[in-house]
Amino acid sequence: MGKIASSSSKNAAGFMGWLNARLPVTQFYKDHLSEYYAPKNFNFWYFFGSLALLVLVNQILTGIWLTMHYKPDANQAFGMVEYIMRDVPWGWLIRYLHTTGASAFFIVIYFHMFRGLLYGSYKKPRELVWIFGMIIYLALMAEAFMGYVLPWGNMSYWGAKVITQLFGAVPGIGDSLVEWVRGDYVISDATLNRFFALHVVALPLAIVALVVLHIAALHTVGSNNPEGVDIKKHKDEEGKPLDGIPFHPYYTVKDIFGVGVFLLVFLFIVFVKPDMGGLFLEHDNFVPANPAVTPAHIKPVWYFTPFYAMLRAVPDMQMGALIMLLAIVVLFFLPWLDRSPVKSIRYRRWPYKVMLSLFAVSFVVLGWLGMQGATELFKLMAQVLTAFYFFYFIWLFFYSRNEKYHKVPERIGDH
Amino acid sequence: MKKILFVMIGLVATSLVSAAGNEVYMTEKANTNIRSVDSLRSGARTFMNYCMGCHSMEFQRYNRVAQDLGLTEDEMMDGLVLTDAKFSDQMKIAMTAKQSEAWFNKAVAPDLTVMAKARGVDYLFNFLINFYADPTRPSGWNNLTFPNAGMPHILWELQGVRNAHFETHEDAEGNMHKEFKGFETVQAGSMGEEEYKTLVRDLVNFLDYSSEPARLIRMSYAPWVLLFVALFTFLAYMLKINYFRDVH
Repeated sequence: MGKIASSSSKNAAGFMGWLNARLPVTQFYKDHLSEYYAPKNFNFWYFFGSLALLVLVNQILTGIWLTMHYKPDANQAFGMVEYIMRDVPWGWLIRYLHTTGASAFFIVIYFHMFRGLLYGSYKKPRELVWIFGMIIYLALMAEAFMGYVLPWGNMSYWGAKVITQLFGAVPGIGDSLVEWVRGDYVISDATLNRFFALHVVALPLAIVALVVLHIAALHTVGSNNPEGVDIKKHKDEEGKPLDGIPFHPYYTVKDIFGVGVFLLVFLFIVFVKPDMGGLFLEHDNFVPANPAVTPAHIKPVWYFTPFYAMLRAVPDMQMGALIMLLAIVVLFFLPWLDRSPVKSIRYRRWPYKVMLSLFAVSFVVLGWLGMQGATELFKLMAQVLTAFYFFYFIWLFFYSRNEKYHKVPERIGDH
Repeated sequence: MKKILFVMIGLVATSLVSAAGNEVYMTEKANTNIRSVDSLRSGARTFMNYCMGCHSMEFQRYNRVAQDLGLTEDEMMDGLVLTDAKFSDQMKIAMTAKQSEAWFNKAVAPDLTVMAKARGVDYLFNFLINFYADPTRPSGWNNLTFPNAGMPHILWELQGVRNAHFETHEDAEGNMHKEFKGFETVQAGSMGEEEYKTLVRDLVNFLDYSSEPARLIRMSYAPWVLLFVALFTFLAYMLKINYFRDVH
């Protein structure tokens, strides 16, 4: 209250004074923007947080407009998308912004998460920031999967069939669970309707709420940085971190530049190559859903393929589904698996650098394998890489306990 | 449930293997040019004269085609549309899927609005130039690119009638392989080979355009949008540099 009183005494007059006496708008603005001190040394990797927010807003806005012209009806859905592409003024642009936005969301999120791995942003005191982020990632996967079903193309249909089938791996109640998720014995109009409801109402609400928590948790403990040092240890006489700069205007201005670069790439795809040669919009999804005709290659969109490769690598379906689930669950525990006191990769030694690089490469190669046909060689590769994916976390747990590291400087710029 | 999962994964795996094993017979690139209005007009004419007997283009409208191909309502409706459809109608056909099934040996002629997106222009081009006479098929026709296709060779009067020669080999593992050895013209068509390929190229070009008419618009906007964003990014960068001057 003291803070509010002091800020409102300064702006006691006028509309802001009236408002601040009732709702601490100015204080909120200061806490999160003009007096939120972020480390001064953010680099390339730090653009992706604000870009994720931009893509989220893009998805919500374009999604609202798409909803105005779409009907979740198994007999009409495929045609509705073509109606949007042809008869709705600027419908093609709204749809391409949304479809390209879906892929862009995952690109941005994967970079954002990798930034966390590079600089140890998941470590104490930011465990909750990481966990909220992971829940957002999970919600985003569900959101993307259900959105992919809505155009009701043949890949929508068969993708939905294969993914919902995975619930059958739950022991005992598997079959009834699959039926419960689908709302029918097969993928049908009922499935399309509930996926639409979840895609446009439930999951977006959850994601927005989680993003608020993610940022609230971050702003409570403060941002990490590429050096991994705590800027709150050294403050000036006013209590401002010596190595911090106010988020606004410094990082708002810098992030606007990041937005520009991002939009150059994003809009190039939207206007010139919206299907990315079948990667963002798959060829088989231009055939209407047909339960009688299986597409030659059933594969998920690129952002799920690392996990799809893991699923296929395991001969037993139930085990495969479990491995896929564990691959995501294990990430939640990262703050406790990595026991090294050093955050940034800059001050860790070569074994960690090599292993993290191999981990990143194996994830990307798994993604590539998930798009390929299942030959014996590819299957073997996927098995080796899946094993390595899990080995990385086990190795990290033991290695980080007594890890040797370089001396971490006290402040940013002290070498 | 587990069994079903296994069967499904098995199906996927075998379909992948067989898709990898049987290369689709495609020898030529379509080389279409969506910016060529003449080619699109020629393709539209062929489509409406030959294809629309069986294939609809139900998400495309006559007036949209006329607008994009620079045709007046009269030119479109008198010159190209053979039915009593309205200018603003979608390009539907009279035959229902049920009739198609009954008349064409269970085959339903698919809607072609977005077929070029699903199969690609090269596939469609090769499909339409690789028909040959095959008395063993119900329609009397077969196709190298899409073996045992349900569709007969609608454009035979233009291309002519050809037989295909095959040689059968046995490999080391005792499997029989049928190898295509060439076509033999039985009855000449009204067009020469190149003339026919141009006609097919135009037709495929029209199908490609129809799969996404917005492509003409977005490609024309692309340079301006990107130029604007590039300018914006440059200014944003200058602003960022200026702000960060006092950060040391």
